[in-house]
Amino acid sequence: MAEIRAEMVANVWKLVVTEGSAVDAGDEICILESMKMEIPVVTETAGVLQRFTVAEGDAVQEGDVIAVVA
Amino acid sequence: MIESLLVANRGEIARRVIRTARALGVRTVALHAGVDADLPHVREADEVVALPGPAAYRDVEAVVAAARATGAEAVHPGYGFLSESPALARACGKEGLLWVGPDPESMELLADKVAARNHVAARGVPVLPGTADAVTGVDGALAAARRLGYPLMVKASAGGGGIGMGVAGNDDELGRAVATAASRGRGAFGDARVLLERYVSGARHVEVQVLGLPDGSVVAFPAERDCSVQRRHQKVVEETPSPAVDAPLRSRLRAAAVTAAQSVGYRNAGTVEFLLQPGTGEFFFLEVNTRLQVEHPITEEACGVDLVELQLRVAAGEDVHVEPVEVRGHAMEFRVCAEDPVRFLPGPGAVTEWAEPSGPGIRVDSGYAAGTTVTPHFDPLLAKLVVSGADRTQVLERARDALEAFRVRGPKINLPFLREVLADPEFTSGTYDTGIVDRLVASRRP
Repeated sequence: MAEIRAEMVANVWKLVVTEGSAVDAGDEICILESMKMEIPVVTETAGVLQRFTVAEGDAVQEGDVIAVVA
Repeated sequence: MIESLLVANRGEIARRVIRTARALGVRTVALHAGVDADLPHVREADEVVALPGPAAYRDVEAVVAAARATGAEAVHPGYGFLSESPALARACGKEGLLWVGPDPESMELLADKVAARNHVAARGVPVLPGTADAVTGVDGALAAARRLGYPLMVKASAGGGGIGMGVAGNDDELGRAVATAASRGRGAFGDARVLLERYVSGARHVEVQVLGLPDGSVVAFPAERDCSVQRRHQKVVEETPSPAVDAPLRSRLRAAAVTAAQSVGYRNAGTVEFLLQPGTGEFFFLEVNTRLQVEHPITEEACGVDLVELQLRVAAGEDVHVEPVEVRGHAMEFRVCAEDPVRFLPGPGAVTEWAEPSGPGIRVDSGYAAGTTVTPHFDPLLAKLVVSGADRTQVLERARDALEAFRVRGPKINLPFLREVLADPEFTSGTYDTGIVDRLVASRRP
């Protein structure tokens, strides 16, 4: 199981994959928005995206868990 | 001269405009959005209006209401936000407010990159091979690519500021680049159309500052700005004059810029951007930015002018004459941003330490100070270090000391990256092109 975490203070702009879908290492799973920049979040682990722990529009702090892949 | 001015912006550019306005005896009105109420620009204005939230900086109604409530006579939009909004320019006209910028008609024409390109090409300004009409969807783009050949630059037709731009070297990359440009264009500007242009590698980005005067003439300032040091297609270090431009090329660039601006009856300050192939001296029109640019201070330092003062005088309808301007030295700008120096990811935070350099040839236009907070709501530009001197060598020396002395703690900060650029032989030699940051990143030790 791998937790994917936010690298900076940001807002969750878009969830790109749906919970339960298979992902490869390097796949974009969601896009954060901070300071007028869109920051793609990728998984470094292949597996199934078990769940998102955030929703579109949520604010996240650096280090917050965004999703769980297993 | 006008008596009062609403500065419809925030941070460093609001302070910059307020500084000149105050020097001219103009009463100033600033805005804040609650989350940035602690910034210096708020304290430095004569009067302040609180907006309902960060999004209101882009709200024409909110800006006009602030002007009405404070009895401001004119509106300066700065850059970004509503600075290129014909809707705000028109709303100002309707309310009897002076708009410090070009006429909405020329803003509209120039905002459409395809229309602007065709318009100036018809008057003999060189443009890159590209789509004569905006393209919608991947199929249209693929058809255009057959004709134009790869590599291609894909841009949002209504775009600006590097938003949605991407390079495609084959059909697959084109599909992805068009999807990105269309989605970002729709998101940012409500327009999903894209423009394809030949991608030129090894090129430099140079631009000419122009000023359209009330009598219809256009002044092109003599020191072009070289803005080839970019990350994410956004400028991070600029200098003037360009090390790649000699006197005959400078004359041709200025003439092309004047032709482009005059062809739309351009009034007030603007910038004509070109892509330059340094080997051949060939250049191509990219776009006109219908506002004051972030990097305008290097022109001010190298030419000894105050562009904001000229903007206000033109907007007030004064009989402005610009004496023949001589370039009196060299200037560089370093954009100090709240982003990490390695991957350029943004990082807001509370500013615990803020120490600006000072000395001969050092100017800092900053929007923050110790005790203020950098929030995720706005772009990451915190300050501009502007260094000037008699020649490029002196500027490089002064910049080295100034970047060492600049200290910011709290948010992520790109100062180490700016020092890295300054230590790079490609930069110091002046031979760099728009690929410099990619090469710099690739050459870092793992």
